[in-house]
Amino acid sequence: MAVEMLSYIERKSPVHALSGATKLIAFLIWSSAAMLSYDTRVLLALFVISIVIFKISQVKIREVGFVLAFILAFLLLNNVAIYIFSPQEGVKIYGTSHILFEIVGRYNVTLEQLFYQFNVTLKYFVVIPAALLFIVTTHPSEFAASLNKIGVNYKIAYSVSLAFRYIPDIQREFRTIAQSQQARGIDLSRNEKVWNRVKNVSTIVFPLILSSLERIDVVSNAMELRGFGKNKKRSWYSEKTFKRQDYITIIIAVLLLALSLIITFQDGSRFYNPFI
Amino acid sequence: MKKTIIQFKDFSFKYRSQVEPTLVNINLTIYEGEKVLIVGPSGSGKSTIAHCINGLIPFSYKGDIEGSLIIKEKETKDLDLFSLSKIVGTVLQDPDGQFIGLSVGEDIAFALENDCVPQEKMKKQVVNVSKLVEMEAHIDTSIHELSGGQKQRVSLGGVLVDQAAILLFDEPLANLDPATGQLAITLIDQVQKETDTTVVIIEHRLEDVLHESVDRIIVMDEGRIVSDTTPDALLVSNVLESSYIREPLYIKALKYANIRLTEEMRPAHLTTLDIDGCKANIQEWFESAELAMSREKTTPVIAVRNLNFGYNREKQILHDVSFSIKQGEMVSIVGRNGTGKSTLSRLICGFEKAQSGEILYQGEDITNDTIRQRAERIGMVMQNPNHMISKHMIYDEVSLGLIMRGVPEEEVKSRVEKTLKVCGLYPFRNWPISALSFGQKKRVTIASILVLNPKILILDEPTAGQDFRHYTEIMEFLLELNQQGVTILMITHDMHLMLEYTPRAIAIANGRILADDSAVNILTNEEVIEQANLKQTSLFDLAVRADIVDPKEFVSRFIAFDKEVRKKWQ
Repeated sequence: MAVEMLSYIERKSPVHALSGATKLIAFLIWSSAAMLSYDTRVLLALFVISIVIFKISQVKIREVGFVLAFILAFLLLNNVAIYIFSPQEGVKIYGTSHILFEIVGRYNVTLEQLFYQFNVTLKYFVVIPAALLFIVTTHPSEFAASLNKIGVNYKIAYSVSLAFRYIPDIQREFRTIAQSQQARGIDLSRNEKVWNRVKNVSTIVFPLILSSLERIDVVSNAMELRGFGKNKKRSWYSEKTFKRQDYITIIIAVLLLALSLIITFQDGSRFYNPFI
Repeated sequence: MKKTIIQFKDFSFKYRSQVEPTLVNINLTIYEGEKVLIVGPSGSGKSTIAHCINGLIPFSYKGDIEGSLIIKEKETKDLDLFSLSKIVGTVLQDPDGQFIGLSVGEDIAFALENDCVPQEKMKKQVVNVSKLVEMEAHIDTSIHELSGGQKQRVSLGGVLVDQAAILLFDEPLANLDPATGQLAITLIDQVQKETDTTVVIIEHRLEDVLHESVDRIIVMDEGRIVSDTTPDALLVSNVLESSYIREPLYIKALKYANIRLTEEMRPAHLTTLDIDGCKANIQEWFESAELAMSREKTTPVIAVRNLNFGYNREKQILHDVSFSIKQGEMVSIVGRNGTGKSTLSRLICGFEKAQSGEILYQGEDITNDTIRQRAERIGMVMQNPNHMISKHMIYDEVSLGLIMRGVPEEEVKSRVEKTLKVCGLYPFRNWPISALSFGQKKRVTIASILVLNPKILILDEPTAGQDFRHYTEIMEFLLELNQQGVTILMITHDMHLMLEYTPRAIAIANGRILADDSAVNILTNEEVIEQANLKQTSLFDLAVRADIVDPKEFVSRFIAFDKEVRKKWQ
């Protein structure tokens, strides 16, 4: 069910054992490497490593399938958009033009463009497993603690993690309200005209907002009454202390970043050019 | 000499958004180590008093204060919310809403985290507190997996960890099933004895709180204190009746039997009550009271057969549920929290699909009908009116369902007006819904369903969180509907409601039907009471103590007698 998407997946793996902050830092370093480099060799290497880490985490592809499919659809859209707006980007970057076939006007298919878009896609594939792993292997209780550790104000960190936590509740509430409104004859199915459907959805959104506001009031009172916001800092019950493996992980991540940057910029360009 | 811990002196408070003050000239002193109960109908100002004690007033809810409130020798106006929260620990009404941590340990630790207690020390303290509330075996358990009673323990733990001198409970019994409520009251008592704190309980379910002893009861009405005395003295007086607070049923029975209660009889608890002098009167009343005849109902209107349901294969929620409801019946469905009562009603309305089994409406199979088709016959009123209301004006809200069905405008108007009259909402028809009280909102939601002319009305906890006046209002209204031929099914935790209004009750435990019998039989059957987390009625205990030969019959006669009295009273 959709309710389960992007929630914590309990396993016993070395990835789970890492502190949340470590995973967040490693993820940020990892993404910087993937973002800065267009070097195909580097990206391929990073991709292989992320697949291996994903395996180690014992999270099954199926368990994150829904989100994965969503991201892939978005990726496809992105690729199409790149081609529509900039069909000659590859030619501009790599300086040569190996035309495979013409379509119309400036729209032709070149090896360079294909290679460029392949690299873009590869970047996605490097970042996706790391991002998913950070989210599904960090216990929600630890989530705020790890954000706080890398310098995010704890009030903001807490709000972010509370928001994540209430998503399933709000989904459940939405369902209940939708059902009771359907019982009164409000049609949300395809049988209804689009405009009416939009209007009908508002009969669910209105009560949903009211009950969410009610809930916010209760929670914020409960938090304040127990001293939330009193001090500039706070400690965390479920924070994992840094152990050896955490330091090692961060060091490896930094080394990988350095290495990938060296390889990428060794010839003075972000791009690896197989066409010369 | 007892030491003062809370002292209101000529204290008045007016919310900024309101014209009239909510608290008027309050003078109240609470001493260290006392256990004080504050009762009063909704809108009497009892919650406002709680907010003043824990500092939400004036630090979160703004308004004008007159007079003084001194807590632990300090004027609260000069403190701030955080230092006050170190003195007063508050357990809020709805345990689900106040959980912040995800696991038991994390939630208990929340206050410590905010005090920057180092992790190691924090873990030790959490273990100590969890022992106090008997949750040490569940420290790493997720909050969602706990039962209602365990949740109550955790929220108490989260407050105890701060070692506050005053514990404040804001309607701790709302949303709890009867047996769990009883446990909660015992827990509060136990913790108070162990930690030597001052306890203030705000609640309107008097009989349930009196399960354990309290030192004093403060009665509030319309922003003023109308009584401040011991439980014994209060029960002897007429204050409860005049401020619309439900008396314990056994007290009512004693009054019906023309017994003149005195403080010396110690009527606060049935166990302490000196009953020897009045046995004869009770016996006499029992013999004179007649059993009302109920009219026979024969045509079944809705029936379910062998219903099975579960959200996934591992967790089956309903097992082989079968029953049949007759035309014009009023039935309550009871059982502990999370046992499948709500799921059952959702299945009947078609919100969920049963795995197997069938649902019959007047003998016709409607198992495969859609939500909308079923809604023509079965109306469902949800517990929280805010889950249903989607329009600003009462008229628009009630007419919504008809307009959606494409009913002609003329007919919409006449049907809505007729329904509004039935529901006593006609004078308010052009009012915005936001101007209504909770009880009136509830009526609007009932009206918005009733206007569709369902033959069966299902209500989820129709009286939860209502004081006695609103409770009576809603229930008398439902009774009237029932007499006009609407079959009514109610999911409830309220034993009084079950006894007073629904002749028949279905008890559910662990997804199975445990008993399907008269309400009186169910509430006097120890085995069912235990398994469905119900509570024996004090009437039964009274009858036993008064040596009545047939205590069950005593309960039935009381109910019948009480109904007659109420009819005259209206």
